[in-house]
Amino acid sequence: MTKEYNFTRIQKKEPTKRKVNDRVQDFQEIEKALPEQILQQQASRCMDCGVAFCHSFGCPLANRIPDINTLVYRGKWREALEMLHATNNFPEFTGKLCPALCEASCTLELDYTSVAIKQIENKIVEKGWQEGWIKPQQPDIQLSQKIAIIGSGPTGLTAAQELARTGFQVTVFEKSAQLGGLLRYGIPDFKMDKKILGRRLQQLYDEGIRFETRVEIGRDISVRYLLRSFDAVLFAVGTPKSKRLDLPGNSLKGITSAHQYLTQQNKLNSGEISKIKEELNARNKDVVIIGGGDTGSDCMGTALRQGAASVTMLEILPKPPQKRSSNDPWPLYPHIFRKSSSMEEGGEILWSTLTTEFIGEKNNIKAVKTKQVQWSDGNFETIPGSEKQLAAGLVIQSLGFELDTDKGLYSHHGMLISDDGNLRSHNSRIFTAGDCATGPSLIVNTINEGRQAAQKIIKKLL
Amino acid sequence: MQKPYIGSNNLYDQSFEHDNCGIGFTANIDGTRSHKIVSDGIRMLVNLEHRGAVGGDNSTGDGAGLLMEIPDKFFRSQLTSKFTLPQEGKYATGMIFFPENNSFIKKCKSIIHQIVEKEEAEVLGWRSVPTDKRCLQGLALRTEPVVKQIFIGRNKIDESSFARKLYVIRRQIEKEVDEWRREDDIFYIASLSEKIIVYKGLLTGTQLPQFYTDLQNDDFQSAFAIIHQRFSTNTLPTWHRAQPMRYIAHNGEFNTLQGNINRMKAREATLSSGKFGDNVEKIKPVIDISGSDSAIFDNVLEFYLNGGRRIPHVMMMMVPEAYSPEIQMSADKRAFYEFHSAIMEPWDGPAALVFSDGRYIGATLDRNGLRPIRYTLTKEGQVVLASETGVLDIDADKIQKKGRIKGGKMFLVDLKQQRIVPDNEIKAKISRRYPYRQWVERMRIKLRGLFSPSTMPKMDSKELLRKQLCFGYTDEEVKHLILPMVKTGQEAIGSMGNDTAIPIMSQKTKNLFNYFKQQFAQVTNPPIDPLREELVMSLESFVGREYDSIGENPQNYRGLKLHHPVLSFDDLERLKHPDHPDLKSAELDILFQPEQENLETRLETIFAEAKRQIKINDVSLLILTDRNLNKNQVPIPVILAASGLNHYLIAEGLRTRAAIIVETGEVREVMHFALLLGYGTDAICPYLAFQTVRKLYNSDYLSRANTPGDAMDSYITAVKKGLLKTFSRMGISTVHGFFGTQIFEAVGLNEKVVDKYFTGTPSRIGGMGLKEIARESRLMHKKAFPGHGNLPGLLEAGGEYRIRKDGEKHFWNAKTIYKLQYSVRQNDYKEFKDFSHQINAMQQDAGLIRGLIDFKERESVSIEEVEAVDSIVTRFATAAMSMGSISKEAHETIAIAMNRLGGKSNSGEGGEDPARFQDLPNGDSKCSAIKQVASGRFGVTTEYLRNAREIQIKMAQGAKPGEGGQLPGHKVSEEIARIRHTTPGVTLISPPPHHDIYSIEDLAQLIYDLKSVSDNQRVSVKLVSEAGVGTVAAGVAKAKADMVLISGQDGGTGASPLTAIKHAGLPWELGLAEAQQTLVQNCLRDQIRVQVDGQLRTGRDLAIATLLGAEEYGFGTSVLVTLGCVLMRKCHKNTCPVGIATQDPNLRKNFKGKPEYVERFLRFLAQDFRETMAQLGFRTVDEMVGHVDALDFKKAINHWKAENVNLAKLLNADHLKNDAPLCSADDTTEIKPADLELELVEPVQQAINKNKKVKIVRNIRNVHRTVGSYISGKIVDSKGLKGLPEDSVKLQLHGSAGQSVGAFLASGISMEIEGDANDYLGKGMSGGRIILKAPEEIRSNTQTDIICGNVALYGATQGEVFINGSAGERFAVRNSGATAVVEGVGDHGCEYMTGGTVIVLGETGKNFAAGMTGGIAYVYDPAERFDTNCNLDMVILESVWKQEDKDILKKLITKHNQYTNSYQAEKILKNWDANHPLFVKVVPIDYKKVLERMEMKEGREKETVSATEEVYFD
Repeated sequence: MTKEYNFTRIQKKEPTKRKVNDRVQDFQEIEKALPEQILQQQASRCMDCGVAFCHSFGCPLANRIPDINTLVYRGKWREALEMLHATNNFPEFTGKLCPALCEASCTLELDYTSVAIKQIENKIVEKGWQEGWIKPQQPDIQLSQKIAIIGSGPTGLTAAQELARTGFQVTVFEKSAQLGGLLRYGIPDFKMDKKILGRRLQQLYDEGIRFETRVEIGRDISVRYLLRSFDAVLFAVGTPKSKRLDLPGNSLKGITSAHQYLTQQNKLNSGEISKIKEELNARNKDVVIIGGGDTGSDCMGTALRQGAASVTMLEILPKPPQKRSSNDPWPLYPHIFRKSSSMEEGGEILWSTLTTEFIGEKNNIKAVKTKQVQWSDGNFETIPGSEKQLAAGLVIQSLGFELDTDKGLYSHHGMLISDDGNLRSHNSRIFTAGDCATGPSLIVNTINEGRQAAQKIIKKLL
Repeated sequence: MQKPYIGSNNLYDQSFEHDNCGIGFTANIDGTRSHKIVSDGIRMLVNLEHRGAVGGDNSTGDGAGLLMEIPDKFFRSQLTSKFTLPQEGKYATGMIFFPENNSFIKKCKSIIHQIVEKEEAEVLGWRSVPTDKRCLQGLALRTEPVVKQIFIGRNKIDESSFARKLYVIRRQIEKEVDEWRREDDIFYIASLSEKIIVYKGLLTGTQLPQFYTDLQNDDFQSAFAIIHQRFSTNTLPTWHRAQPMRYIAHNGEFNTLQGNINRMKAREATLSSGKFGDNVEKIKPVIDISGSDSAIFDNVLEFYLNGGRRIPHVMMMMVPEAYSPEIQMSADKRAFYEFHSAIMEPWDGPAALVFSDGRYIGATLDRNGLRPIRYTLTKEGQVVLASETGVLDIDADKIQKKGRIKGGKMFLVDLKQQRIVPDNEIKAKISRRYPYRQWVERMRIKLRGLFSPSTMPKMDSKELLRKQLCFGYTDEEVKHLILPMVKTGQEAIGSMGNDTAIPIMSQKTKNLFNYFKQQFAQVTNPPIDPLREELVMSLESFVGREYDSIGENPQNYRGLKLHHPVLSFDDLERLKHPDHPDLKSAELDILFQPEQENLETRLETIFAEAKRQIKINDVSLLILTDRNLNKNQVPIPVILAASGLNHYLIAEGLRTRAAIIVETGEVREVMHFALLLGYGTDAICPYLAFQTVRKLYNSDYLSRANTPGDAMDSYITAVKKGLLKTFSRMGISTVHGFFGTQIFEAVGLNEKVVDKYFTGTPSRIGGMGLKEIARESRLMHKKAFPGHGNLPGLLEAGGEYRIRKDGEKHFWNAKTIYKLQYSVRQNDYKEFKDFSHQINAMQQDAGLIRGLIDFKERESVSIEEVEAVDSIVTRFATAAMSMGSISKEAHETIAIAMNRLGGKSNSGEGGEDPARFQDLPNGDSKCSAIKQVASGRFGVTTEYLRNAREIQIKMAQGAKPGEGGQLPGHKVSEEIARIRHTTPGVTLISPPPHHDIYSIEDLAQLIYDLKSVSDNQRVSVKLVSEAGVGTVAAGVAKAKADMVLISGQDGGTGASPLTAIKHAGLPWELGLAEAQQTLVQNCLRDQIRVQVDGQLRTGRDLAIATLLGAEEYGFGTSVLVTLGCVLMRKCHKNTCPVGIATQDPNLRKNFKGKPEYVERFLRFLAQDFRETMAQLGFRTVDEMVGHVDALDFKKAINHWKAENVNLAKLLNADHLKNDAPLCSADDTTEIKPADLELELVEPVQQAINKNKKVKIVRNIRNVHRTVGSYISGKIVDSKGLKGLPEDSVKLQLHGSAGQSVGAFLASGISMEIEGDANDYLGKGMSGGRIILKAPEEIRSNTQTDIICGNVALYGATQGEVFINGSAGERFAVRNSGATAVVEGVGDHGCEYMTGGTVIVLGETGKNFAAGMTGGIAYVYDPAERFDTNCNLDMVILESVWKQEDKDILKKLITKHNQYTNSYQAEKILKNWDANHPLFVKVVPIDYKKVLERMEMKEGREKETVSATEEVYFD
């Protein structure tokens, strides 16, 4: 218990956001962190539960949330940072991007509102950077074994750091020009500024990790080469392929994937390219996004910033309830309606809506046909007579990601793609981790994957 | 009839046996011999028979006997034809038990003749003692010995050394016969002396003279007779265990026994001098360890007695009174005790002893004075002294004086001087036999000067972290155990039960300390309250060399005195470089190099080096250190090294030549310190804990401490307090007595390790050997020296007390809690099964003992044939949780649910609102079926007891056995105060012991009381699992309880020190199996039902519990979880966010539990259980109970630590062979109220039915117990608590009232007793009036005469008491409403009082008003010395100046005078104006505040209570 009864006396505080009118003008971050004192007060609401659901049920990384809250409440930010880093290599990423399963499972959710765990964590790590507490850490003992990590997304980076700190010589291979994977190319800047990624990458450099960009395995170098030159190889290549609907009109121009769409904008923002393709620019267009998930929301925010005339999101599922139902009890992450920042900015969302056809004009997308559906017991039926047609100048398909299975690469050296579409390895020196091994997931899970992969490799090599 | 049967390889161990008894003596002070003394002795035995017991065969007594002078006249008349006896004193008589085996007897005789002759004495002849077996039955008959007397002539042996010679002869005979005798051949020399003789046997008092016809002979004469009537907890008593022993008769228990034995063994090597000369070797070993604790005490007493000290001297040495600085005593006497404490550690425990060497006959009590001794002197010069008053009828006009013995005091008759020697005189004389005071002053060595602040060497923070890692420190330990200790100077508090794996089954690395469990006092001996009764506690000890203790010389006082056993850096530095010729130190590294040597050889090397240092270098301080650990050197678990060395040195005869001191990084918790001390370590420097404290200081965690040294001192204070608490949990009061007691059980160590390094410790499931211990140490060491990467920046999280990933697994975790709650809310059995599977899988994986138990393949039956859910749920009970520990809402919800199911809910110990006794309009009932009676007796009124379906006596609680509790003032709301009959806002303290249960016969008495008042309602006794609980359970059965509850260690609590939650008590599997084995073996199982509780969660749990012997089941935590509990473990904070364990009105609104949830859970559970029953082929629970043969033990898989765990003893099925019943069909055993009581029923009915006033006149004797209770129950039944109009029933009684007179008295009854009364007068009194007055003949000395026993008015809530004499100890203990006037009280008067008024018109004993939080006492104090006797921790003293005080006082004293004709009252009233200023008013501080606040009509605001401790919960 940090401060007895504070959970009844103090309310949860949400972070403030920039005004909608201001924020849609640029790609700067939307959320503004709360001041230190307020967050200390928020931390004081933590009850240090005997069974900390946040830590043992909510957080996949098992961040020591109650201990951290206690430290913050006592003003021991530096110790809190150390403890946070003990389970989470990159708290600034989760601090910005995690849906905060911990808060959903906080005991206070039963009758009050949860502790502002995510904001507290974000503040801890930001303060750490600000105060210069976060420094490269060199291992006491250097080991001779070499490890190759394929992919520089959060899984790869996490594993790289863990292994380098154990004393191994670690090389990370990345096929793109810059490091970070989805963190760099998938997440819009208004959610997380790329400087945040940059300063962390600098730390990794300084810890002695070697990075090789623009190197694609199977094209530039072979797996055989990797196995010859390294003691262990970790594939953390993610799920770079977007799923697409197989519908009439699928090949019309102006139909794109979320992946492609968001990458373009990120590259533009960072100056990697100077211009985005016109067909991917939402400016003055009616934009239809298919898929109502978080990525869809990111696309919505991006489209609005590009100056779309309208943005409509189509979701086949019905609108979730506002509150938990009795068969969706605490401490599960509740299936409820949450208004994303992009929705605040002017997008519209159509629920229980099935996309049936793309209609084009001169090979360009013109409109999208839809039907309303009725759900019962997990199955849906279309409602007769509910056909609609929506005008569309740009269609973004945001239906999820999958492993790039096209490459024959994965059928050699003991690697294979399992029935569930994930990458496995039977080669005792090749490891797989992250989205490629589990399917698309939350960033918090991918960091966890990276840590576990590192442990497996350490166990194998030591 | 079935025969009792003792198997082997099971959990029962004879050494667990306890006995408690009635004792006493009678003597003619002038030494006149008469047969009357002998027959009086026998009559006393008969009148104490209710303090004894009979066994499972309902006929065999546990033992009785007499110790008398040798009946010279009788022998001369008997032996005329055989041989001629020399003059009295020139011959000795031996009383010997032989088996019925002539060749055996012949062989013995020839050995005896040889030895006697060798020692130059002469066998004069033998006499067969005539016995009459017609009175015997059962066990006594089957094991009846042949009794013979030997007569030995003194020959030329010097008169003064004859006794010593006889001792030497006897020891040699015993040793020689023991060499070839089979264990079941009885050979026992009951006495061999030229002065005294012992007649005893497996008999009752009535049977004794029937069996030994000698005793009926008029020529059989003695000047005194010591008597003993035994109540043993088990039913396998033997002839030779009957008492008196050769010099003593003992009532009580020696808690420190194992330490005493070990120390004595160690000491033997140095015993060589004095009067024994070469003969000393013939005597050794001094102790026959097969004897009972009393016999062993007798052995040691005999040794020192024959070594040259007189019997009172030896008694003072072995059972010293408290002599702490607060106690007034002469400097000489204090020095005597201090000097002797260096020779002999106290034999601590509740002990009343009577003793004689033929010249002196005496009695003494241990320092706590927990056993009663009363005496009467007649004008004719006869003393009658016994556990009770009234054991002989003595006409009032013959009485000279009535008195009692106080704690630590001695009563002595010197037959030579023909007088009673007062305590002061005898002790003063002995204290001045030698210049002890000068010796002490001369030999004392001071370790450190006063007030020098502690200093601390610096430690680099990386070094600190590395060492912490090496010793397995966790973040949790630092922040949640050590930090609170430093901040508050006390142990950390927590709540809820322990739900983690037992260490041997845990996947985590553990310090070796964790494989031990603390034992604790329950039933057979009381725990102590170290806070309120601090004056008996001490942490002082001596270190260094011990010298021969037979002779008396200054060197015996070794002199290096430690104020406590925790050494600071400075202390240790001084010990390392001592500047004193007598002290020489050597350091020994306790490290090993796993790459190069095995642990065993390394230990041998260390031990051998220690021996060399002692022998060659004359070292007297052995310092074991692990400070020098490094990359290659792994520390050896310090408890292993220290205890191993202790036992090694004992075996080598070197233990007393040097102290064992440890400097270790491993020690940090109180339990660690306690273990080291308990296994013989003299002093401990926990250097790493100190450095951790410094780190906390440096990192700004401590605001108040001024320097790191202060912080360290604060930590030491916490350790000291924790140690005192640990000792007191076991009923031990000094560290001196605690050393080497080994009051621990090992859980998870194999026999080899235990036998060699922890010799004598119970360890019943096997486990790790040295190899595994070494491996575990290496694993921890590896964390500190990982060999790659960086040292982690942080300690591991821990997770023992709060769940942490990578920490210990908890059965109650997010997933299981969520699952269970979901299943009961959705009423979904499938979800429940999921929950059940999850839990069962965890148990098997790594968890509990039952995880290693499997069901055997058996023929299954269809589920339809199995007993229905509706029937099974009636066997369910919920755990005792008081309203106060949990909210009203939660408490009532549980009651409604259980009443709907037909199970039983438990009120807990806080009383119950009488409104709940009425059914609700919808047919539901909030009335708890089980009403608990705990040590606080809160709300225990006659009405409360009458509204029970079961009355439960709580002896201990799983989460904190041996502890009391405290409900802080801010939790005592209006409502709780009303129910508990106390004042809102006033802190309520529950004492650690029941003050009316210090032993098993006391428990029998309480059961008798409760059954009397409730008209034979079922009574249960709650025990906590520990080694020996089976024997206690047998005692409980014999005490006529109807059900015994065996609670597991893992039960919940509302608040308890974390040490207790984790380290005290055992898993229920062990306790239950032991209880079942013991009860079945003793043919007692059909007399008592067995319930089990402790984290039962699934049908599998119930099935295993049933097969191990339980037929009823209790649930606590799981029921709370169904109601919304998420194991916050914040019950002690009052901040429970789900509204369960809180009294905060806002938080209580959050409560969402419903009775249906509890019902569903229990029904699911019953269904789950049924499925297992069907699978195993049992149709009913009754046919399943105790079928341990349906269980199998499976090896732990993939679990290197647990691989060698062996449950053979637990699952032993041998006891099934004797076809004794395995379960009990009977729900209640009836007791019959005394005839006297039954005679009252009729007239009382008249008073009830016809509103008639009735008056009854009767004689009363001590065998009439609990008089007034049965009729009180009847009155309350028809009239409620308000009872009858005043004086409706008038009882006039003459004589000595038995125990518990007027217990639970109802309004409308007034009792007038002319004579005296025994213990527990007015216990639980709920109204009415008791007048106790001395007979007119002795009324002039009423103020000094004791006419009322101990513990009067315990837990009384209403009524009036007037006593025109003095009362014993603990008068009005925990009184919460009665009014009393008395003319003197013993020690601890008004202890824990929370309400009511007490007026004392005379002297008080020590420690008055300890723990008194409410009510008012007025003490007449003309000498103005009362303040020195009053414990001022919680009260203030005022003079009586307010008119209202004066009025009350005068009114009550006037009443007192009217009722009792008190001279004292008359005297005071006569000169009222001069006298009333001589009264002191005792007001509790809290209470005064509350009263003032109420007066000022202030709103009640939250109060913080600094006094520590806990809220109870249960």
